Amino acid sequence: MQHTISVLVENEFGVLARVASLFSGRGFNIDSLSVAPTNEEGLSRMTIVTRGDDNILEQITKQLNKLIDIIKVIDFTDGSAIERELALIKVSAEDESRAEVLRIVDIFRAKIIDVTPKSYTIEATGNPLKIDAILELLRPLGLKELVRTGSVAIGRGAKGWTG
Amino acid sequence: MKMNGARIMLECLKKEGVDTVFGYPGGTVINIYDELYNFKEIRHILPRHEQAGVHAADGYARATGKVGVAFATSGPGATNTVTGIATAYMDSIPLVIVTGQVPTALIGNDAFQEADIIGITRSCTKHNFLVRDVKDLATIMKKAFYIARSGRPGPVLVDLPKDVQIAQTEFIYPETIEIRGYKPNLIGHPKQVEKAVDLLLTSRKPVIYVGGGVVLGNAAEGLTSLARKLSIPVTTTLMGLGSFPENDSLSLGMLGMHGAYCANMAMTHSDMIIAVGARFDDRVTGKIATFAPHAKIIHIDVDPTSIKKNVRVDLPIVGDVKDVLTKMIKQADKNKEKVAEFKDALVGWHEDIAGWKSKHPISYKQSSTVIKPQFVIQKLRELSDDDAIIATDVGQHQMWTAQFFEFNKPRTLLSSGGLGTMGYGLPAALGAQVAFPQRQVITICGDGGVQMNIQEMATLVQNRLPVKIVILNNNFLGMVRQWQELFFDKRYSQTCMEMPIDFIKLAEAYGAKGFSTSKPSEVEKVIMQGFKEPGPVIMEFKIAREEKVLPMVPAGASLNEMVLNA
Repeated sequence: MQHTISVLVENEFGVLARVASLFSGRGFNIDSLSVAPTNEEGLSRMTIVTRGDDNILEQITKQLNKLIDIIKVIDFTDGSAIERELALIKVSAEDESRAEVLRIVDIFRAKIIDVTPKSYTIEATGNPLKIDAILELLRPLGLKELVRTGSVAIGRGAKGWTG
Repeated sequence: MKMNGARIMLECLKKEGVDTVFGYPGGTVINIYDELYNFKEIRHILPRHEQAGVHAADGYARATGKVGVAFATSGPGATNTVTGIATAYMDSIPLVIVTGQVPTALIGNDAFQEADIIGITRSCTKHNFLVRDVKDLATIMKKAFYIARSGRPGPVLVDLPKDVQIAQTEFIYPETIEIRGYKPNLIGHPKQVEKAVDLLLTSRKPVIYVGGGVVLGNAAEGLTSLARKLSIPVTTTLMGLGSFPENDSLSLGMLGMHGAYCANMAMTHSDMIIAVGARFDDRVTGKIATFAPHAKIIHIDVDPTSIKKNVRVDLPIVGDVKDVLTKMIKQADKNKEKVAEFKDALVGWHEDIAGWKSKHPISYKQSSTVIKPQFVIQKLRELSDDDAIIATDVGQHQMWTAQFFEFNKPRTLLSSGGLGTMGYGLPAALGAQVAFPQRQVITICGDGGVQMNIQEMATLVQNRLPVKIVILNNNFLGMVRQWQELFFDKRYSQTCMEMPIDFIKLAEAYGAKGFSTSKPSEVEKVIMQGFKEPGPVIMEFKIAREEKVLPMVPAGASLNEMVLNA
């Protein structure tokens, strides 16, 4: 089962490498990983999308907690968090397909951020499943390039999660 | 007072109570060695290889319980420490390793003797630090020692660039340290302890399974009194040997692949396993699916990741084993009646165990013509001091030592259990002898492993360290040969050493004494001669070449499927 894990880390030299080598060294999967500083000074937040059964997930969270530079680990189980991802998509758009791309962009509330006579570049945000859906519709039209950020997640409700 | 980084590092060691360092100089640590020249509070031991330096610091740490400290230069010096660090990491030994690094401005430029030792050791240290500003150095050293010795101990590496060693700042050593992301849970939850004792008292076939955590946590005394109070049989891992006296009638000896028949049968038939500071390693459990099929498991460990990693656990207690055991004893004392009933109900279980013990005790066939290695180990126990420290290498002799040398005190066996590092024994013995100049320190090695760090003979002689080196010489890489015999149709691929070594001459070349024999009747004489010598000695025993370590649970088999004679 896929899990989204949020990790609060010291913004230290090499912390990303520590997390990455923990996953590779112990044979855990990373489906996506994103990291950037938070509002608290010296702290960064990673969102890791991983998969495994309950035992593996328990090991992953425990092993992450064991790293000295990691302050907190949360496994967002279904529904407790809002997930978003951003994708930049370059798609072929000539003749009649130009209108079709625009229609799809409109339906998904995405944006055109670059245009040429032969292509559109699209910015789409949303739940990763929504990104998958827009890609499925655009793929037959000729997908030239795709960049996804990986998920970021934040817990629902009024409480802020801090270090 | 302002001082340079090199001096600050040494002052930090002093503040941490370090009086001994094992280290090897080089270009990027020359400033440290220059400061050391007049720094009288620290004794520096010069090994002949950086790997041995770290093993020596490790042996020193295991024997004393203190943090071992090693220095090495950048590049090859640093990479040579890696096996030593990984060895300590796998067995949770507290070390601080200080490596030199090229100046910060050159890092990443493939400078002369540059290696990314932070990257290289990331997965075999508990933590590591690159010091980029001399102002951070004292705090980092404080953190390094705190991390190394607290919680589940382990090695910490501090990489110190040359320019940081030269830069000057005010030396202020922090009194306390706060690390947001590191708060080991040392206090066992009282409710869990209560539940554990209740659960334990419902069992009828309990076994206490002890690992190295009890030695590291200085909890041998608590463990022994709990086991005796409740009259529960105790089996230990290789790392746990010494934490419970093997001459006690409750002792089952070592369990696992080369463990005692009674220990493995007890685990298989048990209805309650109390695991203390052990991690259910594959060499202990055999086939996981059939491991202890009838047992509920109580698992006590300071490291939460050890719990439920390999086996299901019914009742986990995260905490310092000494704290938890003390609480368990108190809890048992509150339930005197229940405890008395519990002990009465164990009679049948003790009979089962006595039956297994007498059915297949750890044994070997003595010979009058050729030296049996097990006989040498038994003689060593008989003739050595009670508090002798034994360091082993890795292989057959290590298992024979575990089986036949009776360990009754903690910190008397130094052995590379997790990583299984050949070449560990001699330098580890060196480190232990530095810590305890008056005690008898013996390293038991094979002819393979001893040659992996044989250069340390020079360090022994130079420092007048009277380590007794016992070599069980079968002219084979015996453990691999044994596997080849049993599982590969006796195809002895590259395990015969072919060329015999004259170990007497070798000892003499280093200025030590050497004795050798191939006769069973001379074993005792050689040991006595060796022990009598005031300096380091090699005692070589040319043993039965194809003797096997038995019993044995073949890899992947269940604990009760032991090969007893092959």
